[in-house]
Amino acid sequence: MADISDNKFTLNFGPQHPAAHGVLRLVLHLDGEVVERIDPHIGLLHRGTEKLMEARTYLQIIPYFDRLDYVSPMSQEHVLCLALERMIGLDVPLRGSLIRVLFLEMTRILNHLLNVGSVILDVGALSPPLWGYEEREKLMQFYEAASGARLHANYFRPGGVRQDLPEGLVEEIYAWTDHFPGVLDDIEGMVTHNRIFMQRNVDIGVVTKEQALDWGFTGVMLRGSGVPWDLRKSQPYECYPDLEFDIVVGKNGDCWDRYLCRMEEMRQSVRIMRQCCERLGTVKGPTLNENNKVTPPRRGDMKRSMESLIHHFKLFSEGFHVPAGEVYAAAEAPKGEFGVYLVSDGSSRPYRVKIAAPGFKHLQGMDVMTRGHMVADVSAILGTLDIVFGEIDR
Amino acid sequence: MASRIAQALKGAALLDFGKAFGLSLKYIAKPKATVNYPFERSPRSPRFRGEHALRRYPNGEERCIACKLCEAICPSQCIIIEAEPREDGSRRTTRYDIDMTKCIYCGLCQEACPVDAIVEGPNMEFTVETREELFYDKERLLANGERWEPIIAKNLEADAQYR
Repeated sequence: MADISDNKFTLNFGPQHPAAHGVLRLVLHLDGEVVERIDPHIGLLHRGTEKLMEARTYLQIIPYFDRLDYVSPMSQEHVLCLALERMIGLDVPLRGSLIRVLFLEMTRILNHLLNVGSVILDVGALSPPLWGYEEREKLMQFYEAASGARLHANYFRPGGVRQDLPEGLVEEIYAWTDHFPGVLDDIEGMVTHNRIFMQRNVDIGVVTKEQALDWGFTGVMLRGSGVPWDLRKSQPYECYPDLEFDIVVGKNGDCWDRYLCRMEEMRQSVRIMRQCCERLGTVKGPTLNENNKVTPPRRGDMKRSMESLIHHFKLFSEGFHVPAGEVYAAAEAPKGEFGVYLVSDGSSRPYRVKIAAPGFKHLQGMDVMTRGHMVADVSAILGTLDIVFGEIDR
Repeated sequence: MASRIAQALKGAALLDFGKAFGLSLKYIAKPKATVNYPFERSPRSPRFRGEHALRRYPNGEERCIACKLCEAICPSQCIIIEAEPREDGSRRTTRYDIDMTKCIYCGLCQEACPVDAIVEGPNMEFTVETREELFYDKERLLANGERWEPIIAKNLEADAQYR
């Protein structure tokens, strides 16, 4: 018979648990209430996206990227477009780049609002996530005004963005950036120094600098531990070098620091969005590269010019060819470094697309971060990892 | 040290709770952010990608010329087209099916269509009780076109300068 004083047991967490942030199954090995080991079981949302992409033209795989990390769709599309632009040697007109950055930062706010909201919800407060959702709704309306969809935008194209922004949208976004920091202040006022929130987050899930680097953490998970690493500054892309913003770093690498980092990053994003809006008022011109071998011609041209019509038909049936070779493109997605490794054999379909998702690496650190903590801390740590299963399971 | 004492005093005075309570009182007085859905709706832009529709020219002739670009570009391969010449010699579809259960609403079909025949209209309320009802055929799509044409035409016009 087993020893009665032995408190060890195994607990199944998820895949249907609301705090599992998707379809994650964790097997918790517990000693009483203390976590001894965590074993994440992933793959429940595996859709074979990478394989499906091999059978699609480059234009057709853009919507698939929306559906990887469905909380920050445009950031994923962007990385694919970056990879293709590097392979083809295509540049983006300034206006296109500004619109891209505007929407990338909007995506960052969308993502962080959801994450911060759900962290707060996981540790017991309900109002701030609802305020966050109210703002997310407004941002999704901007998404819809620009792209036609609230979530799966399919808006970025290699060489720019599909369409210019409708008239008046930039002004609306600018007005929103005036009002949004007030909401952030309210969320911070409600929870940041609240004793319950602090007890649940301060010194929980501490990641040291070395650990963060060893486990391949990126994004807020790395910056929260005090490493000032942000691809927007260290390997600049788009028009980020021309824009003013600061990298936000934490001190202790605990859940509270990461929460603070996300809050401050949203403020920095607002700063970038305002600069983009201001510049979009004066920078006019095309939003999409006009090389019609890669980007579709404008509709007016297509209906009048034979050559444009041929380009249009070629692009939407066969697609554009990408020179043989391989490229790794990465960008600072809201969750960390999102990378695409693209191998082309010279045809109009990718030979192989490998997606490097930040959440996958963060989830690996789950065991290390949680050891020795109480069961109740599991959901706080899981929330701060900011994982979405679309990109982890792919 | 001084900050530690200040923090302890603030904690003892329950300042964090007091502040949060005040904030939530402030939000009680705020107007509601929600809309009473079937009766009120949030705005939709002209670019909204909803239920598909096949359009006709003002004289009643169907626009689709069976070039099959939408079939080719569809990432989820949910469009099936068959075509043959009509009695008057013009090329038209004999079959235009969209499997709405497979569609991912990416909008590439309407982007590809050279004659603005297939569009994703403004309708997003097309729930049905059985799966089979979501296998749209040509008749259904043309009926959609007729039903939504006023709004679709307005939306296309509003968006024309950006396309």
